[in-house]
Amino acid sequence: MFAYAPAPESRGHVDIAPSYGLFIDGEFTDAADGRVFKTVSPATEEVLSEVAQAGAADVERAVRAARAAFPGWSGLPGAERAKYLFRIARIIQERARELAVLETLDNGKPIRETRDADLPLVAAHFFYYAGWADKLPHAGFGQNPRPLGVAGQVIPWNFPLLMLAWKIAPALATGNTVVLKPAETTPLSALFFAGVCRQAGLPKGVVNILPGYGDAGAALVAHPDVNKVAFTGSTAVGKEIARTVAGTGKKLTLELGGKGANIVFDDAPVDQAVEGIVGGIFFNQGQVCCAGSRLLVQESIADELLDSLKRRLATLRLGDPLDKNTDIGAINSAEQLARITRLAETGEAEGAERWTAPCELPSSGYWFAPTLFTNVSQAHTVARDEIFGPVLSVLTFRTPDEAVAKANNSQYGLSAGIWTEKGSRILAVANKLRAGVVWSNTFNKFDPTSPFGGYKESGFGREGGRHGLEAYLDV
Amino acid sequence: MSTTAHDAPAAAPPVPASALPPAPFTDATASNRALTRFLHGLPGVDPVGLEARAAALGTRSIKTTAKAYAIDLAISMIDLTTLEGADTPGKVRSLGAKGANPDPTDRSTPRVAALCVYPDMVATAKEAVAGTGINVASVATAFPAGRAALDVKLADVRSAVSAGADEVDMVIDRGAFLAGDYLKVYDEIRAVKEASGAARLKVIFETGELSTYDNIRRASWLGMLAGADFIKTSTGKVAVNATPSNTLLMLQAVRDFRAQTGVQVGVKPAGGIRTSKDAIKFLVLVNETAGEDWLHPHWFRFGASSLLNDLLMQRQKLRTGRYSGPDYVTVD
Repeated sequence: MFAYAPAPESRGHVDIAPSYGLFIDGEFTDAADGRVFKTVSPATEEVLSEVAQAGAADVERAVRAARAAFPGWSGLPGAERAKYLFRIARIIQERARELAVLETLDNGKPIRETRDADLPLVAAHFFYYAGWADKLPHAGFGQNPRPLGVAGQVIPWNFPLLMLAWKIAPALATGNTVVLKPAETTPLSALFFAGVCRQAGLPKGVVNILPGYGDAGAALVAHPDVNKVAFTGSTAVGKEIARTVAGTGKKLTLELGGKGANIVFDDAPVDQAVEGIVGGIFFNQGQVCCAGSRLLVQESIADELLDSLKRRLATLRLGDPLDKNTDIGAINSAEQLARITRLAETGEAEGAERWTAPCELPSSGYWFAPTLFTNVSQAHTVARDEIFGPVLSVLTFRTPDEAVAKANNSQYGLSAGIWTEKGSRILAVANKLRAGVVWSNTFNKFDPTSPFGGYKESGFGREGGRHGLEAYLDV
Repeated sequence: MSTTAHDAPAAAPPVPASALPPAPFTDATASNRALTRFLHGLPGVDPVGLEARAAALGTRSIKTTAKAYAIDLAISMIDLTTLEGADTPGKVRSLGAKGANPDPTDRSTPRVAALCVYPDMVATAKEAVAGTGINVASVATAFPAGRAALDVKLADVRSAVSAGADEVDMVIDRGAFLAGDYLKVYDEIRAVKEASGAARLKVIFETGELSTYDNIRRASWLGMLAGADFIKTSTGKVAVNATPSNTLLMLQAVRDFRAQTGVQVGVKPAGGIRTSKDAIKFLVLVNETAGEDWLHPHWFRFGASSLLNDLLMQRQKLRTGRYSGPDYVTVD
């Protein structure tokens, strides 16, 4: 048997300090009330480091620093701001290996993904928005679009560094200053990024990083001197933020949950569709807001496709995320694992048929084997609620109209996929789908030039591309 | 009087039952129209997705014990090949000796699967590998262009088989295939299969000339329906030969064919595979696409000449911890 020997990436590539402070006004500092929290590796439950926990007083300090830095930063010529962004992008490329290992340790996702997907995209986002910094008059938002001021940004734990890049790169390119709160389970790569900002010589106060919990995020969002709020995370928190921000005049973008429909027609390129389904829902253990978590397959090929899919899932390699051959890593937290487990149990209780890929789960850490539900109907919880885990719900349809109706019958609208060899069908169906991103014959492909955002409860505003500038400009 | 290659009966023997298309597909070959409909009804191939999958599997990290296993497996899967106009009996004998005992400094090195030569060298090759268990494969059917009348191709095959070839590597008529004359290609493969007798038949598509992945999938099914024991990418004589993508596609085809018919067909990428790293990537493709049932020289081969030396150098490196050099392996 061809059993691949373990091929773990070395942890020695990155030094993790025993403790980290908040990054305010270019300095690392303790929290005002001295609170700290621990961040653990989800794959082993090992404590990686102790991190200062931001509270309201720290938010106050950070916003003040960002406000003080704003006139200088926004007053720089665009080409000067671009230099800093290019420098940051290059440092990220140079230190990509350190960052990939760090992200994998803190988040639990496989090194294959941090190394091959996250880090290249992070660098690409900084390069891309660096290119815009001196071309803002040509972006289509008027002759002299102005920055908004201080941006308060709250990001999730599923793509800690990539979400940071999506938020910080356009904010800086347009001349805003930033206070960013990373998630409490994944603060380390953002703190590493604080070091990158120092290495790049970024002026003090332009970027401030406040690791902390929801209370810090709420204080940041509510702060009267914040001009722009950007949030990526759950729909429930997004609604809370929208209520807080309503009537304040702050500009807001929300990138929230999803329940993406991946539609496979009977003339699809089957082998590639299977890969696309796997990449759509099992990438980052399904902890992706635009995951293709609802598979809609044409009835005539459903059995055949499911057989292929199960055979393919049996080859997925689950385990040590630092191993270069690992396809499926750990779930980010015990809390998230509990939520996935609960929703999967609901699926079974409601009568959907559960199938789990035959892989052995490690004894410590937070793990969930790739799981399929068949015999799912639109009425089932697993077809409606976002699970945010490696769980795929399979539904069938007979006609394109039925596929569109089912795909759109969701409170969400972030992503969708279409698989067919027929070009005209791609266009016809894509035009009817109420989703911010529609991929055809592929899934989960990202590029800094391409705008990303949702319909309905998946949020509003766009990140990425020229459209992504608008959220940070007074237009 | 014994029958020799030269006076073998010209009339084709009756088709044995096993050479008929497998049961679910008997209708598919009833006419060129039926065959066209069948082949064009196969699922399409999305080139971007196929190449992305092949590239992703190429990043598997194979180290230590897995690498040692893969190197030995790859050596045992080699069809050690010389297909030059300038081939001499001496060269073929020397290749046979090398195939049987690839590394004189380490007798635990596995032997190769077969020696692959032109038909006129089959007898020499047979002698050279006598008693080693190595098969002799012969490219026949007007290799590499395949541009000859059918009876010439069949005579080519018969001469190889009667000289003792254990395996026949045939090329398909790419012109007929590209013109949509699938039944002609099918009939030719069938006829060659009959002429090959007990020898195992490898059908070469020359994927570099088929131009699309859809065509490669169609050719794969056409070959398997016609009774190919192996499907093989290329002759090694054109610009684009075996690639991870076209081999991945053919592995999907044999996997699907077995699922539908129960018949297992082998795969042979040929041409351009020169390094251990490349060979190991192909083994990963086999492992994760068709599955471990194909990880055996009976079901997977490398058509290669220079690959062996690189595998041997890597093998020596694993054994000694040091890289040797080209002078520590034999030139042929």
